[in-house]
Amino acid sequence: MSAVIQSAPPRRERSFAIGWADAGPFIALAALLVIGFLINPDFLSATNLSNVITRSAFIAIIAVGATFVISSGGLDLSVGSMAAFITGVTIMFMNGMVPHLGTWSVPAGMAIALFAGIACGLLNGLIVTVGKIEPFIATLGTMGIFRALITYLSDGGTIPIDRSLREVYRPVYFGTVTGIPIPILISLAVAAIGSFILYKTKYGRKCAAVGANADVARYSGISIIKTRTIAYLIQGACVAIAAICYVPRLGAATPTTGVLWELQVITAVVIGGTALRGGKGHIWGTVAGAVILELIANLMVLSDFVSEYLVAAVQGVIIIIAMLIQRFSK
Amino acid sequence: MTRNKWIAAAALGALLVAGQASAADKKVVAVSIPAADHGWTAGVVYHAQAAAKEINAAFPDVEVIVKTSPSATAQVSALEDLSAGRKLDALVILPQTSEELTMPVKAVKDSGAFITVVDRGLNDPAIQDLYVAGDNIAVGKNTAKFLVDKLGGKGNLVVLRGIPTVIDDERIKGFQDGIAGTDLKILDIQYANWNSDDAFKLMQDYLAKYPHIDAVWANDDDMLLGVLEAVKESGRTDIKFALGGNGMKDIVKKVIDGDAMTPVETPYPPSMIKTAIYMTVANLVGHAPVRGNVKLDAPLITKDNAAEFYFPDSPF
Repeated sequence: MSAVIQSAPPRRERSFAIGWADAGPFIALAALLVIGFLINPDFLSATNLSNVITRSAFIAIIAVGATFVISSGGLDLSVGSMAAFITGVTIMFMNGMVPHLGTWSVPAGMAIALFAGIACGLLNGLIVTVGKIEPFIATLGTMGIFRALITYLSDGGTIPIDRSLREVYRPVYFGTVTGIPIPILISLAVAAIGSFILYKTKYGRKCAAVGANADVARYSGISIIKTRTIAYLIQGACVAIAAICYVPRLGAATPTTGVLWELQVITAVVIGGTALRGGKGHIWGTVAGAVILELIANLMVLSDFVSEYLVAAVQGVIIIIAMLIQRFSK
Repeated sequence: MTRNKWIAAAALGALLVAGQASAADKKVVAVSIPAADHGWTAGVVYHAQAAAKEINAAFPDVEVIVKTSPSATAQVSALEDLSAGRKLDALVILPQTSEELTMPVKAVKDSGAFITVVDRGLNDPAIQDLYVAGDNIAVGKNTAKFLVDKLGGKGNLVVLRGIPTVIDDERIKGFQDGIAGTDLKILDIQYANWNSDDAFKLMQDYLAKYPHIDAVWANDDDMLLGVLEAVKESGRTDIKFALGGNGMKDIVKKVIDGDAMTPVETPYPPSMIKTAIYMTVANLVGHAPVRGNVKLDAPLITKDNAAEFYFPDSPF
């Protein structure tokens, strides 16, 4: 719930200019909450909502970065593998540093995670912009590379975090501040910074301009290479932040970490109202989209109507209905 | 000059022939397995390589070659590559898929090799000389029996299943058969894709939905890790048992340490590849006939026998 309450003010402020377009994902979210409550009153219990919104934090954080990439006319399929790779590198670094730094290896590892994320983002950005390779193909390539690297680092098994760090690091996922789980606060902070950059800075406007029409943007003197590369850098940093929140949850990286996250991320961005072909990005809509996805999965388990074999089909239908609600609320 | 060249060429030729002859004396056992892409296959790779190393050291006239393949297509190519260069005396294969590998394995068989199939059967069982597999039904059944016994035949269960496949279906069927006729009730059963993250989420949802759960069964240890984290986080005390299956080292370690929530484990051990390689080599060098079907049981791993199933150096 808190994500919705927190995100309401910026929406209202913008709705004067944009009208109903920005409200679409929130209408869908509200509808889902009502339907969920009617199906099973436990759905709105504080524990359940806090669990679900906390779980959606990874996708939400990564999707904020994806909003930049997609609105600048790019696409990044590598985010799930990248998250796994960064998780693995971070855990290995932290474990290696324990004898020297003790519990300080946790913040040191977080710094390494950010560094690795930005480096991965830069790699993607340069392949797409300087290498002039279609984003779909370029990031499909790096997706395979990152996935193979995490499999290699873990010998196909798991990379568990050192036991002495486990308890120190645990609160980053499981802890709360004034009753709100920390991952929710982190994702709100990431979204707030993201929306500031996208809506209030020169770079944000360049991003939308490049995504809307690259040629026109170039004629107006905007460097497309720079704009798109920075978008991938932001994406890399967001993946790193998500990885930092992810590590303490299960305390391990495996070759199946983050599988198919890229599709959830892209779905969240699109449900949030950002067009896949680029142009204007909707950061808070993206966050709502990530929460909607997680709520749908949660609702599938809490309701008893759906056979376990049909869950994926019903999820697909709900996503399409959510998009339709948006379309007609415009 | 020319004569010297001829002599050199002749000498070189003789060396090559001699080299080939000594290689031909060695009995070649090719092992074709999936590449390590998750815990269980990583275990298979580990045990296959361990077996190759041990056997190559123990039997100078046997050469075990291990080849991993990331997909069925790659495995078909790998079989062609393995059999193109030399004559294979035996092939030990864990097929990626039954359909695509059946004909290529038959081609190797036709060249005169002894065929050992592991875990996943081929479409035509007549091709194999030896078949080694675990018992997925027993994985479910033995776990169920333990729960029936410990819970006194009464209680609420939730189950996490993997990916819709024969393996998953068999484990679930074994479990359902095992609790049939008792008052153990499966409150819910859902797919969590043999993935710890999905299992963590699903378990959180189960906990939100059901106020009283006596035991959880995740039909794979990767999922069990997610389940345990969700239970721990919830602070719920009604859950008496959380059990898995497969024989992951972290879980076997829990059994050894006498964990209250996970006191037992059922193996579907990746080490079956090692069993298969040893049996195949026994047939080649020991003149010990091994043709037939070998079904490795899935006995309950308890504190007493856990050491047999514990491989601390394996990635799984």
